[in-house]
Amino acid sequence: MTLIILLGVSFFAAIVLAFVGDRRFAPEINILGSAATFIASVVLAVHVYYEGPMIAGRNFFFVDAFNVYLTVLTAFVSMTTAIFSRRYMRREREHGRVSHWGMRFYHAMFQLFIFAMLLALLTNNIGVLWIAMELATLSTVLLVSLYRTPRAIEAAWKYFILCGVGIAQALFGTVLLYFAAEKVLGEGGEALLWTNLIQVSGQLEPTVLRLAFVFLMVGYGTKVGLVPLHNWLPDAHSEGPTPISAVLSGLLLNIALYALVRCKVLVDLSTGTNMAGNMMMGFGLLSILVASFSLLRRKDIKRLFAYSSIEHMGIATFAFGLGGPIATFGALLHMLVHSLTKSSIFFTVGHASQMHGTQEMSKIKGLIKGNPLVGWGLVFGVMAIVGMPPFGVFTSEFLILTATMKDAPLLAPLLLLGLGVAFAALFRRVQPMISGAVPSNQKPVKASHIPIILHMVLVLIIGIYMPNFLSEWFHTAVGLLK
Amino acid sequence: MNVFSPLFVMCLQFIAVLFAAPAFAGWVRMVKCWFQGRKSAGLFQPYRDIFKLLHKDVVLAENASWIFRFTPFLVFGTTVLAGVIIPILSIDLPLSATADAIALVALFTIARFFTALAGLDIGTAFGGMGSSREKTVASMSEPAMLMAIFTVSLVSQSTSISHMVNVIAHGEFVLRPSLAFALLAFILIALAETGRIPVDNPATHLELTMIHEAMILEYSGRHLALIEWAGMMKLFLFTTLGIALFFPWGIAAAGDITFLPVAILLLLIKLFFAGIGLVLIETGLAKMRLFRIQEFLGSAFLFATLGLLSYFMLE
Amino acid sequence: MNIAAQINSILAALVLLTAFGLLVQRRIYGLLHLFAWQGLFLSISTGVVGYVARQHHLYISSILTLALKVIVLPYILHTLIVRLKIHKEVETVVNIPTTMLMGIALVIFSYHLTAPIRELSTLVTRSTIAVALATVMLGLLMMITRRHAVTQIIGFLAMENGLFFAATSATYGMPLVVELGVGLDILIAAFIFGIFFFHIRETFDSLDVEQMARLKEEE
Repeated sequence: MTLIILLGVSFFAAIVLAFVGDRRFAPEINILGSAATFIASVVLAVHVYYEGPMIAGRNFFFVDAFNVYLTVLTAFVSMTTAIFSRRYMRREREHGRVSHWGMRFYHAMFQLFIFAMLLALLTNNIGVLWIAMELATLSTVLLVSLYRTPRAIEAAWKYFILCGVGIAQALFGTVLLYFAAEKVLGEGGEALLWTNLIQVSGQLEPTVLRLAFVFLMVGYGTKVGLVPLHNWLPDAHSEGPTPISAVLSGLLLNIALYALVRCKVLVDLSTGTNMAGNMMMGFGLLSILVASFSLLRRKDIKRLFAYSSIEHMGIATFAFGLGGPIATFGALLHMLVHSLTKSSIFFTVGHASQMHGTQEMSKIKGLIKGNPLVGWGLVFGVMAIVGMPPFGVFTSEFLILTATMKDAPLLAPLLLLGLGVAFAALFRRVQPMISGAVPSNQKPVKASHIPIILHMVLVLIIGIYMPNFLSEWFHTAVGLLK
Repeated sequence: MNVFSPLFVMCLQFIAVLFAAPAFAGWVRMVKCWFQGRKSAGLFQPYRDIFKLLHKDVVLAENASWIFRFTPFLVFGTTVLAGVIIPILSIDLPLSATADAIALVALFTIARFFTALAGLDIGTAFGGMGSSREKTVASMSEPAMLMAIFTVSLVSQSTSISHMVNVIAHGEFVLRPSLAFALLAFILIALAETGRIPVDNPATHLELTMIHEAMILEYSGRHLALIEWAGMMKLFLFTTLGIALFFPWGIAAAGDITFLPVAILLLLIKLFFAGIGLVLIETGLAKMRLFRIQEFLGSAFLFATLGLLSYFMLE
Repeated sequence: MNIAAQINSILAALVLLTAFGLLVQRRIYGLLHLFAWQGLFLSISTGVVGYVARQHHLYISSILTLALKVIVLPYILHTLIVRLKIHKEVETVVNIPTTMLMGIALVIFSYHLTAPIRELSTLVTRSTIAVALATVMLGLLMMITRRHAVTQIIGFLAMENGLFFAATSATYGMPLVVELGVGLDILIAAFIFGIFFFHIRETFDSLDVEQMARLKEEE
């Protein structure tokens, strides 16, 4: 029942908003829909916390600790983004950057995107996981090009083509997985169910699964934004409207990583070697290094933080690849705090670019004086994202570093190098933006208080004192991912 | 009788190639005229042309070397020699043990090489141009041709043409994608090698559009007669090679002379349809620009390679 | 090999042929026709496999493919081409003979890559999985070597064709719910790129994707 509400609300809201998306109360409907989804997700999470993993809908849905935590996260961030989007998009609409049809489309696709993400998280069927990922991509492609500038259209085209190609490889990987599963489980839909696959994973043919994982890595790895398949990410995350950048960076990358990790678990159990983990570590480390060095030369503020997303996803992928309880705990925590912090940063960045009418960092100055919420929000956001204590990112990065030093000590210096370079690059860029006098091209903007403050407070709390239920939750998830 | 039957078949083929080739060329011209709504000059006009040329005087340039005089005889000889290697009427040929598909291609190459030299020999501009164009076409069509023949040879595990034909004609009937690709490639290559549209227009008068004609522009009299005859024989031989490799049913088996009249009749029927097919292609397509020929022959090579690959992948 | 397996092999060879044809064809309508033919061969092949293996859900798959890839998608593309008034030939990035050679290399590569699957499979169609992967790779090559937006999309769709073929040849088709979902995704993608073409044309005045290289320089 909860599941029906969870998925049905967003789907239904999408249809409604397609018609009324440009009216005055449209953002409120958006917020209400997202809030209802969030409440449903919390109910589901509580249920799973007390009763253990749950199967529903004739084996179609499967909810365990791993995906329910991501579900709650997704619903929460989409709710706060909907709140942010209310003030942000209203100003964009007033300034004529979005048309009437654009607003309707935007609101409808926002909800459809949430629906697709939740479907991807909750389904038991690996084929449906693929379909939902593709749907999530498709629903955001035209949103990236919403402003219809040449750069936006180019970004959206790159996103469409590169992610389309990537996800096609993932489909081939899924076909191979089905091929291996069919031999053991027989034909029909049963062979694609995660619950069945995990039980017979020892009997699945290793050579086929190895080949399948390569394709799945390339496919879902493109969507996670791993180097060298990351070309679409800076463009897509920087050219769309800021709420879309926030959810793409904060949520979609997490879900792609979730898909990858589910497949990794299967492959590990089947082949018994560390091949999948090693691949993930390699790609993750490469992403960290390339992204952090790329941060040094960026001129556009959103592209800067898009590369930061690549780096953090690289850290999470690396940690999942490393395996072991500490690293996996760190990775799960990292997905949570990165999501909250990055979306908060994008909220502040969005307002900052609205204030100055441009996304170029050289033209943005004096944020603290101009709008203290935006300025300080950006400061704390950047402090959090580079891993300074007492924010939550420090905790997760520290855990991952510890695990690396224990299990793969030779890679620890590289990890530190990446983190250090990112630290320096981000601070160097942000410092001139927040300090100094207010420049002439700055206009006042009504910033969205609640999302920014809420996210940063949560990240702070997780950093200082992790609530018991959260750490227990993570421990359960870690147990599932062995 | 069995000892003499291969020799008998060889003589029969020799006569067939020599004297049926102009008739085939005549048939192709007739059908083309019908398609274009013109009145044709008759089936035996090529014979009259050759006869006329044989009587005429030879006009040689002063600086013509021995190559120029020698080439027509060489070309004629190699083409006739090729004619007795290809199984047209029967598989039973005495030379099939010594000459296989690669030797066949080499024979045609020798003829072409010397024709190109002869075109350069006199020193005229058009001769040189024709030679260089011909060599360009040859450099791409030879690998494609060899690849197509190799694809066919995979089925019979041998490059001897008689053996290939034997396996396909008298083995079980199997639908093979590799042969279909090889046939497609072979048609494209045959069009290039024999100088038909869309590669080269055999009836053109404009020197700038000539490839083959430009090389033999300076020949006259009996030399020209021999070269023209060799050209008709080349067309005939490529057609019969295609028929032998891909549609060999009805060919006489080794030592089976009594089947020969039936084989001749079936061959005539196949040539009838081949002529019509050739004219359909020629009328339907336009002559390509020179730089497109590399794409055309590249596609031929591609089809042949695809045939090769599909043999391994699908069979 | 019995007759049905032979027919399947021939259809696979024809699919491969159309994939190469898409790679080298210069005219837009030619590309469209080749794509429709590829869909047709694919749906006939699925039907034949369904008959041989007595898998009745493959009949539904076959009809679905026929409807989507032979009728609906080419129709959408045709309408787009007419509305966008694209009549000229399309330019390629690398010249055609080199593209063909790369294509052949990819076919050989995919043959080697799918060797383990061929050994393990017990199906009638096991020899065609190499052709399926080759079609995917050729679609990818087509997307890389073409400059026109419409031809890039046709390459993308050809890649999806290859994936569908892979599903049929490796596993007698995915479960119906997955097939329906994939078909739905493709249809949505078709609508999206249709809208996209108009946006691109409005903004850039041409559909040459080389024009869209600004974000690269401004890094």
